[in-house]
Formats: sequence, structure tokens, C-alpha cells
Amino acid sequence: MREVCIIGAGLTRFKEHWSSSLRDLFVEAALKAIDDAKVSEIASMYVGSMSSGLFVEQEHIGPMLVEYLGVKNVPAVRVESACASGSLAFRMGFIEVASGLSDIVLVSGVEKMTDCEDVTSALAAAADVENEVFFGATFPALYALIARAHMDSYGTTREQLAAVSVKNHKNGAKNPDAQFQREVSLDAVLNSVMIADPLTILQCSPISDGAAVMILAPLDMAKKMTDKVVKITGSGAATDTIALHSRKEIASLDAVRLSAERAYNMARKKPEDIDVCEVHDCFSIAELVAIEELGFVKKGKSGKFVEEGNTEIGGKIPINTSGGLKAKGHPVGATGIAQIIEIYKQLTGNAGERQVKDAKIGMTQNMGGTGASSVVHIMEVV
Amino acid sequence: MSSPKIWRQRIERYRLLGQKCKDCGKVLFPKRLVCSECGGREFDKEPMPEVGKIITYTTVYFGPKFLEQDIPYILAIIELKNGVRITTQVVDTEPKEVKAGKEVKFVFRKLKDEGKTGVIIYGYKAQLC
Ligand SMILES: [Zn+2]
Repeated sequence: MREVCIIGAGLTRFKEHWSSSLRDLFVEAALKAIDDAKVSEIASMYVGSMSSGLFVEQEHIGPMLVEYLGVKNVPAVRVESACASGSLAFRMGFIEVASGLSDIVLVSGVEKMTDCEDVTSALAAAADVENEVFFGATFPALYALIARAHMDSYGTTREQLAAVSVKNHKNGAKNPDAQFQREVSLDAVLNSVMIADPLTILQCSPISDGAAVMILAPLDMAKKMTDKVVKITGSGAATDTIALHSRKEIASLDAVRLSAERAYNMARKKPEDIDVCEVHDCFSIAELVAIEELGFVKKGKSGKFVEEGNTEIGGKIPINTSGGLKAKGHPVGATGIAQIIEIYKQLTGNAGERQVKDAKIGMTQNMGGTGASSVVHIMEVV
Repeated sequence: MSSPKIWRQRIERYRLLGQKCKDCGKVLFPKRLVCSECGGREFDKEPMPEVGKIITYTTVYFGPKFLEQDIPYILAIIELKNGVRITTQVVDTEPKEVKAGKEVKFVFRKLKDEGKTGVIIYGYKAQLC
């Protein structure tokens, strides 16, 4: 297997882009990435999109985006794994370069959500439609079931859940690409509209439009093309039952733990080696369970860990320096790529006001549904 | 959902009928072709108990269109006496009455209708014992 590096990245700001279409968003981000990498040709392209069919009624977006990007006849694969589509697309591109089949590969994610009239139902299609959604489950409701189980099992409090949003908004306020660039108080989070108890609206990621694109190359070529080379040293993926109720432990996310174990083993790294990490905080509780499954804190102790500031920039392990899905925004298919771009910025010293000092090793965790799929990547400065 | 899709699931939804793996004894609901425990492919029919307990729960304040008239409603994961777990609504009660560990029984209820030309879909919901 060849070693694979990131040589360029580009993204749109995540927000409600009323004047841009899905193809506009993708091309904007892709041109930035191509210019950043200074490449003239790409061999192949992967695009993560959860549901262009339900969101904008357009399928077959691989060839459409190739055409609009003007990279004629390049092969394109659309990758779908709900909200983990982006990082799974990244993993597929990584595998193609690692295998030696192609040198320069474009990996991307895009979602245009605000053209859709019933986003809640479109998103719900990532759960077990026949056995959960049919009976009234929505995504906030399913994560609320996880939150309640975590509170009952470990004594996690509403304030600890809300602290995740406060921290992520604080980081988002420092990110010019974030949808919400403002801080929120603990009281504001706790007293915002209740969506599914105990999750208030300020603990739910927003509906967003956006695209994120990266260019991958083998190590030998990357060394000639950029002076700050970031290598992908670990890539792990795992799945779990589609329905939340089929799992023994409702307050755990086995696919997250397994995907992390696989990435740690491949990279020969441990949780304490990671300097900065982006996790999938689609809801506040998701970040708490994720940091437990990634091994940053013992099972059941995440609430206190976050409350004590350990996950802030400057803390023991900075989590979601970008603002996370909550503040940066969550155009589902683009999220996984955007997480990796944040780590790429951190490792190349380009994270501006939110830069983590001496960040050398970074990690991302991206999941689909209630954790029925999870993808983890570890990256290092060469 | 289309009418054939509803018709296909009528046994599970109306009669709470699942299956038991002939190899390892694992009870599965609704039915499937391969045992999730041992990979076995042969099953006996197995009726589900009509009582269970709440594992975890939430009150939903923003739901799908077909449940608009029920907002807010209580959603729970329920473990049946035989260990099978399902997701459904807890009805005829108030959020403050619902706690993990509380016993529930199944009740036969309308789940949704498909409008003037569609079918009315029935199934199970749960009630505190
Ligand atoms: Zn079996």
C-alpha cells in the first residue's frame, strides 16, 4: 500500500445559501481545492452526498458534477452512508491512491438542504424507516433516547449536555467558515425551545447548505508539490445495527469505538497521542458519547470532562475547534470532508484564531444515523 | 408507505408474531431471514409477549407531519419479557409519569392514514400498566 497525503482543500462557508444550487456549491469548493493543490488534472473523483434525491430531487450527481467542474469524462463515484457519506468518500479516495490505481484523486462532500420542504423526513430516512420512523422516531428523538439512557446510567446532567453547545459556539465564533459565528450562554442553551427532551434546539445541529473538497496524492508526489505535507496514517470504518433499539447498550456507540480502534491500530497510535480532534456532534449527546468511544475519557465521565474545560482549545484534548456540526453547520454529505479540512488546517498551522499549539497528530470521527456507520481518520504532519 | 408494504407487514404489526432461531433460540422481531446471533437460517414462529418495560424515553415536541395532532408525544424503547426490544409511542399518560423500568402493555392503535384514497394503518403502541 502506498502512503497517501492531502495536497489541497477548499470549502464553501456552511450556511443557508439561497442563491446557490448543489452544483454551484460543489464547483465553488472544488475550484478552491484544485487551486490550493495547484493541480491541472485529476484522475478520479468521489462525492459524498446523503440524499440529493430527497433534498433536491437530483440523483446521478457524479457525472453532473464532473461536467460542471469542467474535468471532462473523469470517473466519478457517489458515496452514501447518511451523515458519514463525506468521510466514507474520503476513505474510498484514500484507498484508490493507496492501491496505486490513481495518483491525483478528488474527494468531496456536498449537500443542498434548504431547497427541501420536509428536511426532517428526508433525514429520518437514515434511521430504520419501518421499525423506528414509522412509530414516530425523528433524529432528535433518537438521540434524546441515547441522552436519557446516558443520564440514567451515569448521572450526566442537562447542564453537561448544554456545555457541549456552549463550547462549540465559542469555537464557531472564531471560524469565518462557520454558519453561526457567535457565542451562546449555558442559560440560553438550556432555555431554548425543547425539541425532544432533554435536547433543546441549541443542542441540535442546524439545516445547512455547503460543499467541501480535498485533493489526495501519493507521498512522493506530495513532497514535491507542497512544503507542509499531511499524511493519512489511519483510516477505520465500522457499522452497527440500523435500529438503535437493537443494541445492548443504548448509551454506547459500538461502531464509533470499532472504527477508532481500527484507525488507531493502522496508525499505531493511542488516544493520548492525538493533539486535536473533530467529532460528529449532530446533537450534544453525540459528542459526549463519541469522546468516550474514542478513548479520550472513561465511559460515563464525558459530561464532567467537558464541563471542566478539557475539550476546549488549550484544554487536554481540543474537540471540534471548527465549532463542530452545531456551530459550523451540518450539510450532511459535506460534513465528513469539512472535519478533515479543519484538522488539515490545524496541522498546517492555518487555523487562525482557533489554532491548537504544536498540533502534529489529528483525528476525525464522522457517523451516519444513530451511529449505524462510523468512519475515523488519523492524520500526521510528515 | 404503499399498500403492499403495509400488507407485507400485517402479521407482525397486527398479531405481534416474531420468530425463534432453531439453532440458538434467539427470538427475533420482526422476522428476518438470518439469525443476528448465530447466522442460523431456520426459525419457528414465536408470539411476542404483550408486556414489557421502558428502557429509555423522550417527549417529542417537533415530529413528522403524520403525527402533528399527537404533539407532544412520548417515544420509548421497550424491552419485552423475552428480551426483544422495539421502538414505539407510550400513550394515554403524561411525560412526568414515564420512567425507565416502568412496565407497559401493548395496545392496538391507529398509526397513520394515507389520506382520502389510501389505507388506514394500524399497529401497536404502549400503555403504562
Ligand atoms: Zn441463532
